Amino acid sequence: MRATAALSGAIAALAALPARAVEPVMHGAQKALGIKQMPWVFLIPNLLAVLLFSLMPVFINLFYSVTGSDRLYPVDRPYIGGANYETLFDCGNYLDPSTCSRDLFWRALGNTLVFVPVQVAAMIGIALFTAICLNRDIRGRGFFRSIFFFPVMLSPVVVALTWQWILQRNGALNGLLTSIGLNRVNWLVFPDSAFFWSVFVTVWAHMGFFTIILLAGLQSIPRDVYEAAKMDAASPWRVFTRITLPMLKPTLLVVFILCVIRSVQTFDELYVLTGGGPGSATILIVQYIYEVGFAIQPRNFGLAAAASLLLGAVLMIFTLIQLRLARGRNL
Amino acid sequence: MKLNAILSGTTLGLAMATATHAQEITILCDDVGFGCSTMAPIAERFNEENPGKTVKLETVSYQTIVEALPVQLESGEGPDGAIITDLGGLSRYYLDLTSHVDAGYFEEEFGRTLEWLRGSDRKSKAVNGMPTSLTVNGAYVNLTLFEQAGVPVPEEGATWDEWAEAARQVAEATNTEFPMEMDRSGHRFASFAISHGAELVDEEGNPVADEGLKTAIEKFVGWHKDGTMPLDLWGAVGGSTHRELFEDFLNANVVFYFGGSWTLSRMDTEVGDLFEWAVVDTPCGPGSCTAMPGGGALVGFKHTEQPEVVGAYIDYVSQPENYKEIIAASVEIPAAGTLIEEGVDYPGASERTKTALSTFTNQIPKMAPAAYRFQGWRYQRAMMNALTTRISQVINDELTVDAALDRIKQDVELAIEAAEGN
Repeated sequence: MRATAALSGAIAALAALPARAVEPVMHGAQKALGIKQMPWVFLIPNLLAVLLFSLMPVFINLFYSVTGSDRLYPVDRPYIGGANYETLFDCGNYLDPSTCSRDLFWRALGNTLVFVPVQVAAMIGIALFTAICLNRDIRGRGFFRSIFFFPVMLSPVVVALTWQWILQRNGALNGLLTSIGLNRVNWLVFPDSAFFWSVFVTVWAHMGFFTIILLAGLQSIPRDVYEAAKMDAASPWRVFTRITLPMLKPTLLVVFILCVIRSVQTFDELYVLTGGGPGSATILIVQYIYEVGFAIQPRNFGLAAAASLLLGAVLMIFTLIQLRLARGRNL
Repeated sequence: MKLNAILSGTTLGLAMATATHAQEITILCDDVGFGCSTMAPIAERFNEENPGKTVKLETVSYQTIVEALPVQLESGEGPDGAIITDLGGLSRYYLDLTSHVDAGYFEEEFGRTLEWLRGSDRKSKAVNGMPTSLTVNGAYVNLTLFEQAGVPVPEEGATWDEWAEAARQVAEATNTEFPMEMDRSGHRFASFAISHGAELVDEEGNPVADEGLKTAIEKFVGWHKDGTMPLDLWGAVGGSTHRELFEDFLNANVVFYFGGSWTLSRMDTEVGDLFEWAVVDTPCGPGSCTAMPGGGALVGFKHTEQPEVVGAYIDYVSQPENYKEIIAASVEIPAAGTLIEEGVDYPGASERTKTALSTFTNQIPKMAPAAYRFQGWRYQRAMMNALTTRISQVINDELTVDAALDRIKQDVELAIEAAEGN
C-alpha cells in the first residue's frame, strides 16, 4: 500500500518535471510581455505549424503563378506579372468556352459547377437516408454499417478500376444486361451517362464516411423528444421535418461543408475512370490543374498555380458564406 | 591501446562502408521490353566484375517514368540514371557521357537516335545516353478472321482506306465487333497523320497544323462515327490520358489493331496460337507509308554524385555482347546499326514473332523525314497531348475540325511560350 503510494508520488513528480522546467521561462516571458500577450506564446507552436504547412504553400503558389518557364527552382523562373491570370481570363464570352484562350479551364470550371451541386445533393440525400435506416433497430445493423463504410477504406484508384471493369463495353453490367436479353450500353462513351456514372461512383465511394457522421448526429438526438412526439401521434414525416432535421442541422452543416470541399477536389476516381472524357464532358477543375502542371509537357507550373489559387479563392468565399449563414442561424 | 585499436578499426570500417555505399547508383526502369528484368543479369555481372560499385535497378511503372520522373529531375532529385522515352524533352538533365564512353563507337552505332537525345541543340556532339531499342508503331491483323471471311489480306503498299474497307468486310462477314482500333496515343496518330501529308513540325521547330493533318483528322473522326473504330478509346476518354485496349485484339473483337513493336512479346505470350495473327506493312496515305519511330535510351542525370559509375555502367551495357543479350531477351528492334544489319537471334521468341520483328524492321527505311523530325522535337509531347485532347473533342462534337486545328497549333505555341518563360 505504502509502496504503491510512493510509486504514484514518484510518477506525479516525474510528470510535473517538464512543467517545473518551463515555469521559470514562462515567468520570464510573462514579466517581459505582460499577461495579455501570454496566449500568443502558447499559440506559437501551432501557429508555426499552420504557417509552415498551410500558409507557406499558398505563398509559394502565389510566387509560381506570377513567374514563367517550365523550371521548378524559383531562381530559374522569370517574373511575368499577371500573364497567367490574363491567359486564364482571356475569353470572348465566358459562357462559351470555345471563345476562351484556355477553353479547357472554362469547360472544367463549368463541369465542376454542375458536378458539385448534383454530387453534394445526391451524397447528402443518400447518406442521410442510409443513416436514418441504420439508426433504426434492424437486424444485422452492425453488418450493414460496415458494408456501407467499406468503400471509404478503398483506394480511389481501386474504386475507379473496379467500376471501369463493371461499366466498360464488355464489363460486368453489360454481361448482366445481355444475360437477361437486354441490349448492351456503352456507358462511358456518351457524355450524359458518363457524367451520371461519375456522380454515382464518387457518391458510392465516399457516402459511408458521411453516413457515419450523420449517424452519430442522429444518435445524439434525445430519445424523449421522439417519445413525446409519439404520444402526440405525430406522423413519421412530421417527426422527420420538425424534430430530426432541425436537431441534425449542426451536423448537416459540417457534412455539407466537408462534402462540398471534397466534391470540388474530386480527381483520382474520374481521372482513372473517364480521363475527363468523353471529349471534356467529365473534366473537373482539379484534373485540369494536374494536367497543366504535371501531365502535359512542358509543364506549366505557373498556369497550374494560378488556376489552383483561383479555385482556392472560390472555395474560401464559399466556406465564408456557409459559416456566415450558420452563425446567422446560431448553428 | 586496445580501445584505440578498436575505435580506429570501427572508424575505418565505417569509412569503408560509407565509401562502398557512396559508389552505389540507382537506375529507374519499367518492366516492358528493354527494361529492368532484361537488364538485371547484366547489372549483376557488372556488380560482380566491379567490386565497390553497385548498380541497383528500381522497377517502376511506365507512367511513373513519364509523369513523376521529370518533376523529380526538375527539383534536382531522383535516380542516378533511367531508361526514358521522352528523349528530347528531358535533354537538359542528361549527363554528358563523352568522357566515360567510346564516343566514336556511340556515334557510329547509334548516330541518328543519338541526335534525339540532344533536344533542340542541333550543334551539340554530346553523348547524352545510350539508345536502348528502336520501336516502330504498326498494325497487327487477325488473319484467322480474314480467312473465315474469305477476304484477301491487303498487300504491301495498300492504303489506309483499302485496309479500312477490307477490315470492314471482314468484320461484317465474321460478326466481329469492330474493324479497326488504334491506341489512344498521339504517337500512333502521328504516323497516320504524316502518311496523309501532315508535317506536324517544321524545320525551325514550329508547330504545323496543315491540310494533311486536317485530312487525317476528318478521316479518323469519320471512322469513329461510322463504327469502323470503337468509341471506347478516342471517344470515351478525355484529356491527354494514354489508353489502349489490347484485350479487344486478344479476344478477337477487332480485325486490325494499330499498336507497336513493344507489344510483340505480349502478343506472343497472350495471343500465341489462339488465332493466326501477323504484323503487316504500315498502310500508306497520299504522303507516305510511314510508321513513327520511337524508342528508349539509358541515360545518366547531371545531378548524380557518381558520374564515373553511371558512365562505366552505360559503357558496360553498350558493349556488343551485353547489348545483344538484352535485345535478344527483350525481343525488340536494336538501336545499334551493326545489330540492325546483322540481325539478332531471339532464342525465346516464336517464328511468328521473329517474322513480325523483321516486318517492323522493314518499315524503318520507309519512314518519312517528317516522322524523324517529329520524334526528335523537344515539344513533341506537347503536340501529342494536343492531338489526343482535341481529336477526342471533335469526335464528341465539342469542336469542329477547323477549330481543333487552330487549338492544336495554339496549345503547342502556348506550351512553347510557357516553357521559355514568356
